[in-house]
Amino acid sequence: MAKLPKPEELSKIDLTPPKTDWMDTPVVFKEGMFCHGSKPKSLEIVDFPNPREWRPADADWKLPENWKEILLEGIADRLKKYRSFRLFMDICVRCGACADKCHFFIGTGDPKNMPVLRAELIRSVYRKEFTTAGRIFGKMAGARELTVDVLKEWWYYFYQCTECRRCSVFCPYGIDQAEITMIGRELLNLLGLNIEWIAGPVSNCYMKGNHLGLEPHTIIGNLEYMLDDIETVTGKRIKPTFNRKGAEILFVTPSGDLFADPGTYTAMGYLMLFEELGLDYTWSTYASEGGNFGFFTSNEMAKRLNSKIYAEAKRLGVKWILGGECGHMWRVLSQYMDTWNGPADFLEVPKSPITGTVFENAKSMKMVHVAEFTADLIKNNKLKLDPKRNDHLKVTWHDSCNVARGMGMLEEPRYVLKNVVNNFYEMPEDTIREKTFCCGSGTGLNASEDMDLRMKGGYPRANAVKFVAEHHGVNMLANVCAIDRATLKALMEYWVPSVGVCGLHELVANAMIMTGEKERTTDLRGEPLPSVQAKEEKA
Amino acid sequence: MKALVSLIAVLLLALIAYAGASVPGMRLLFGVVIPYAAFIIFVVGMVVRILKWASSPVPFRIPTTTGQQKSLPWIKHSIIESPSNGLGVIARMALEVLFFRSLFRNLKTQVGDGKQVTYGEAKWLWAAGLAFHWSFLFILVRHMRFFIEQVPAAIIMIEGLDSFLQIGAPLFYMTDAVILASVTYLFIRRIGIPQVKYISLIADYFPLFLILGIAVSGVWMRYFTKTDIVSVKILAMGLISFNPSVPETIGVMFFVHLFLLSVLFVYFPLSKLVHMAGVFMSPTRNLANNSRMKRHVNPWNYPVHVHTYEQYENDFREKMKGAGLPVEKE
Amino acid sequence: MNIYNKGPVFLGIVIFLALALFPFYNNFGKTNKKPDPKTDTPEIIEYEKLNGKKECVEPKAFMRGEHMVLLNDWRDGVVRDAYRGYISKANGKRFNMSIQNGCMKCHSSKKKFCDECHNYLAVKPFCWDCHIQPKEKEEAKS
Repeated sequence: MAKLPKPEELSKIDLTPPKTDWMDTPVVFKEGMFCHGSKPKSLEIVDFPNPREWRPADADWKLPENWKEILLEGIADRLKKYRSFRLFMDICVRCGACADKCHFFIGTGDPKNMPVLRAELIRSVYRKEFTTAGRIFGKMAGARELTVDVLKEWWYYFYQCTECRRCSVFCPYGIDQAEITMIGRELLNLLGLNIEWIAGPVSNCYMKGNHLGLEPHTIIGNLEYMLDDIETVTGKRIKPTFNRKGAEILFVTPSGDLFADPGTYTAMGYLMLFEELGLDYTWSTYASEGGNFGFFTSNEMAKRLNSKIYAEAKRLGVKWILGGECGHMWRVLSQYMDTWNGPADFLEVPKSPITGTVFENAKSMKMVHVAEFTADLIKNNKLKLDPKRNDHLKVTWHDSCNVARGMGMLEEPRYVLKNVVNNFYEMPEDTIREKTFCCGSGTGLNASEDMDLRMKGGYPRANAVKFVAEHHGVNMLANVCAIDRATLKALMEYWVPSVGVCGLHELVANAMIMTGEKERTTDLRGEPLPSVQAKEEKA
Repeated sequence: MKALVSLIAVLLLALIAYAGASVPGMRLLFGVVIPYAAFIIFVVGMVVRILKWASSPVPFRIPTTTGQQKSLPWIKHSIIESPSNGLGVIARMALEVLFFRSLFRNLKTQVGDGKQVTYGEAKWLWAAGLAFHWSFLFILVRHMRFFIEQVPAAIIMIEGLDSFLQIGAPLFYMTDAVILASVTYLFIRRIGIPQVKYISLIADYFPLFLILGIAVSGVWMRYFTKTDIVSVKILAMGLISFNPSVPETIGVMFFVHLFLLSVLFVYFPLSKLVHMAGVFMSPTRNLANNSRMKRHVNPWNYPVHVHTYEQYENDFREKMKGAGLPVEKE
Repeated sequence: MNIYNKGPVFLGIVIFLALALFPFYNNFGKTNKKPDPKTDTPEIIEYEKLNGKKECVEPKAFMRGEHMVLLNDWRDGVVRDAYRGYISKANGKRFNMSIQNGCMKCHSSKKKFCDECHNYLAVKPFCWDCHIQPKEKEEAKS
């Protein structure tokens, strides 16, 4: 991090491409722009092929002898399995509409970060090996040989894409770079070429149930700290249950929220909300991860990790599942889980025990987003709220990519937010909702060794936050994503130091008046409430 | 450079047709054999391409949602941008195919002075793309008068619309100007915008020049050196009734036109132009956002190795008991 | 080859084929009549008798392609410049620039001459938007 250039330098971006043709411009691995390679142990735990010690910056990646064969077979196999892949290889017209939509391109100016060119990296090989025109006309038809340099280029740039899908919003054919990156990463994983920041959490999650590798007693221990803090703030001692059979609801949230602030405040928010509602729910230490770094590895790995949620719901005999705030978690849940591990016919159609609302939109997969759940509570006047407690905050809303473009949940969190804060300002409209910008660190790129990449990739988001910070005095960036909470904090510290980061349910819990609570003097972060501040100032 | 190669390629093709059709014996080749072959390749090629795509399943329901999902009844659901059923999908696809909805969203991102990233309007690509495709369609439909003996009123109406300015004789078609202007714009932006130039392949310039060549040769025959269109229709009708003959009075420019079109037919299924069919099959657009309501089935879904609860408990039983967690086996 | 989503895929293919092959099946089994503009009106036969040949203001090949341009020029000359004399480029003869009193004098049947090709190609000339359409003569003689 010490080597990270100053924001003034980093924001000098030139989007003009170089003179040499991209095929003739070899990839250069720049310090700070890539993550450490996967460690053999992380791959061995989940039986992934070709585990070994290797370093991305080294010339020799110790590839298996038949690496090319493995990749080409891998491509052929995926062309047969995914219509998206086959179609997206064929129909791009290179109109360039996606080019300046990618946060990594805007932030780096590197032309291979234009979604179209990132796709061409693999498309060029597809043409060479799988199309008649490419075989005959070669480079004239945009085809090229698969070489070690090409492979390295793939690795470098498929780990400079956060699968945020912003490009696919603008593409006239809906070509989704996320889909291509996912397949690109699967191919790389056939050769053991993951990054450790993904491979580590994957093996943790596989063995211990969550990315952080928190063992059962640690989870409880971490929650105890939060319960202490809640007691300090509200005077109420909450006693959540774990792995409890017969509970009505299983609650699953990303483990990041159990580990570090500001995620922990969001977790405290859940605890307080469910306590206040008297919800019959349980946490699980086995399915203690909502997120899914397997999704950044391969389809199969994602399914293996995801299987725990339904399995645990079945074992505990709950009626339905409630899911916490997380971005890619909800992409996986809403578009993949039921297909992979369903049908969840042992569960019931989710019904809020408080309001009686039946969540018809989740009637097959049986899992409800906590923002949907809370929006319904507020709409039905089931919560006593005092938004004034959040008056020290001027809040803006960051739509998380996956929730916005892979699920379409745009209004529920806004509704909740508007009911729990008085000062809410939207960022410029081309940077929110379906056009929202990624935090720059999604899909497992939130390591510390690639801080240059993260700050560059997060630049468009940060820049929009800066706009509302300057125009409206916004000082809090709220969101429903655990990775956002972890990464936007660093991003804000770098680009807009006056703005903090929080989850939605932290704000809910701050505003929520609990029965029998003591008069609160601080928010969940231990900072004095505006009313207290005003009194102090008077005195 | 790539543009130049493409231009030369198209000029060469035009020259081949020009020279070839000037040789009397070759008129049958350029007027009958090549068009037949090209058309067969086009039709068969497109069908094969579609079947190839269709032979890969859509394992997951992955629409790109560009609007509010259907959730709680009091939250306004975006029926078209995040369709929850087939009707919504049809509406979304219709907007996409007929009006290029996604391209309409286009923005121009500018990093400016390093202080403010701005997003400006950028509708030219959309406008030119739409103008190009629609004028192409109009022109194609208009040409049906050469293939139907009793030209139906609908086609006469379209032609009337296209020429309603009533300029000159023969009447000037607006779509002729529109297609030339839009293709020219699409070419200019390809070499004029540095990023677009950078991503462009020969395969991007070639079809532009090819279509430009077809349009120019067509325009040439209508407004400059007229060809005998009665003979052209006799040739066309002969082709479609499998009784072809090439009348002597057809001018050479017509064979340039027809040959370039034949090349386009052949090129179509082998190139990016298959987006014509592909756009209908794009899973990020043609699926309803209803994967939570209705289970999507993956035909190749297979069982995977999982770390079961039992294994987990075996790993951590003592720790779990120590933390007061219930266990299945004591 | 296993095809997925058979319904919509085959529907799409059928629509594509229906559109692409339309001219073929639409014309199937029909006998196609070629247009045959007649230049055997009594006036033309009379002219041929007198002059030993059939001839128009310009040669046949030119007239076939360019008659609409010529007529358009004539109209502009007459209406805008009150100029009525046309000197043939082919034979130097002077012609009266008039459709009703020129062209239609020889080509006295619009139906058998103009309409033959115009209908064949769905061309709708706007001559008769202003001019009074000549009455077809009785077809008694044929």
